[in-house]
Amino acid sequence: MSAVAAASLPGRVSAGDTAWMLAATALVLLMTPALGLFYAGLVRSKNTLNTFMMSIGAIAVAMVTWALVGYSLAFDQGDGFIGGLGHVFLRGVSFAPRPGMTIPQLVFFAFQATFCIVTVALVSGAVVERMRFGPFLLFAALWSVLVYAVLAHWAFGGGWLQAHGTLDFAGGVPVEMGSGFSALAAAIVVGARKDYGRQALLPHNAIYVLLGAGLLWFGWFGFNGGSGFSTGHSSVLAFTNTLLTPACTLAAWFVLDLLRGRHVTAIGAATAIIVGCVAITPAGGYISPGWAMALGAIAALPSYAIILWRPRTRVDETLDVLAAHGTAGLVGILFVGFIAQRAWNGISNGLLYGNAAQLGHQAIAALAAPAYAFAATFVLLRLIGLVMPLRTTEHEEALGMDVVQHGEEAYATGEGAILVSTEAGIESAVAVAQP
Amino acid sequence: MKLVIAIVRPEKVNDVLEALYRAEVRGISMSRVQGHGGELDRVETYRGTTVKMGLSEKVRFEVAVSDAFVQPTIDALCAGARTGEVGDGKIFVLELEQAVRIRTGETDEGAVTPLGE
Repeated sequence: MSAVAAASLPGRVSAGDTAWMLAATALVLLMTPALGLFYAGLVRSKNTLNTFMMSIGAIAVAMVTWALVGYSLAFDQGDGFIGGLGHVFLRGVSFAPRPGMTIPQLVFFAFQATFCIVTVALVSGAVVERMRFGPFLLFAALWSVLVYAVLAHWAFGGGWLQAHGTLDFAGGVPVEMGSGFSALAAAIVVGARKDYGRQALLPHNAIYVLLGAGLLWFGWFGFNGGSGFSTGHSSVLAFTNTLLTPACTLAAWFVLDLLRGRHVTAIGAATAIIVGCVAITPAGGYISPGWAMALGAIAALPSYAIILWRPRTRVDETLDVLAAHGTAGLVGILFVGFIAQRAWNGISNGLLYGNAAQLGHQAIAALAAPAYAFAATFVLLRLIGLVMPLRTTEHEEALGMDVVQHGEEAYATGEGAILVSTEAGIESAVAVAQP
Repeated sequence: MKLVIAIVRPEKVNDVLEALYRAEVRGISMSRVQGHGGELDRVETYRGTTVKMGLSEKVRFEVAVSDAFVQPTIDALCAGARTGEVGDGKIFVLELEQAVRIRTGETDEGAVTPLGE
């Protein structure tokens, strides 16, 4: 490298680390459309597009807010609660790495952006089939800054949790508990679907659900495997743990399904994959592969219980974001406090290896993150609700959100469709089935 | 003995089923159909193509009933399917020439009377 080039690149950029992080960023971005597919399969066919579009909308909104202010508030130096404004409009974000890192800050920014996007998309699971699209986009924009960026600062950006010693490898605090407990608040504020508790509201396409879960798992290798920001030990460990934990959750889920209903269910399996991926998210680079397998089995229990219990309540937290993400994330965060092993992570031990203080740090995160996410989301949605109605009318809800919100259908047949205008400009088209 | 045919909104199907159940009308069949009853056209856009959806999704109920059940069936269908907006659907009542229950070979009134009555 010439002297001039070296001077323009302060800090040492590693080609290998950067190559992996570029790929990992693309993997994590894939998780958002994958989540859209997963969610779309879980709703009724008349709401397929709207549900998918909430995830796509999260990309449009959260990417912009992240570039404008979110990244700065999360990762610029600030106080313990929130970061500074030094990086607003991407100021100073270029090829030089952040202190202690070996990848250009631009890559770090992009990688973290995909986290913010998928987290915003996750929250949509609580409000599908009834929340209007416009208010959702406004909510997504504000939530990505006021909730996600704040929690990301606490856990990753030098905020009080990280400074305190909380270990959160890939986002148990901002992503999993942040989305899960925000989803609970959102479901309470927006209210239940009109048919909730009165009719059976069934998933309309289990194949979408399985395919979405599979693609999410694939993307999660970037999510966890990239959260070491290198090709070093922690990334390798997290990558392999991302294989082990969800597989064990699947196995445990099969057993639970059999005990309960004598069938191993497909939608249960898809859910188990998500629960396992979530559970290993905070712990990926901190615990041994053997304990990662145990974590997979353990994490299945509380999530399974909440998924059974929640539909018996009045809270229509429609796609169980709290059970899959909030709960499994909380289990993962606490598990680190018990099982973290310096021999594997080089940082800290957990209770089982003689360091009880670590469990304390983890417990504080497991209290603070849900409390902030729930309260902030609750207030935010109440405020938006003062300005505009959050949900559609009962009549529109009955018609389906696809036609009402987007003027499209997921499964349009075209029968009886009369051409109004074409790109060729033919205005007087033939009436196919004029009444 | 009549055949009652009702074309209703798909989103009201559950209400209709519930109303029929309460009216003790048990033997029914339903199918998805496309239809138009004078309601406003829905405009949809797919990339550059804008279309007016001339036909709406509807659900068609067919209920074969003995004469005493004709009016309760009609009442239940109306109660379950009505929203008050254009497009709620229609009910047609047809004379029914013959009915056969395949399993037993019973005909007519016996064939349209649910078991246990």
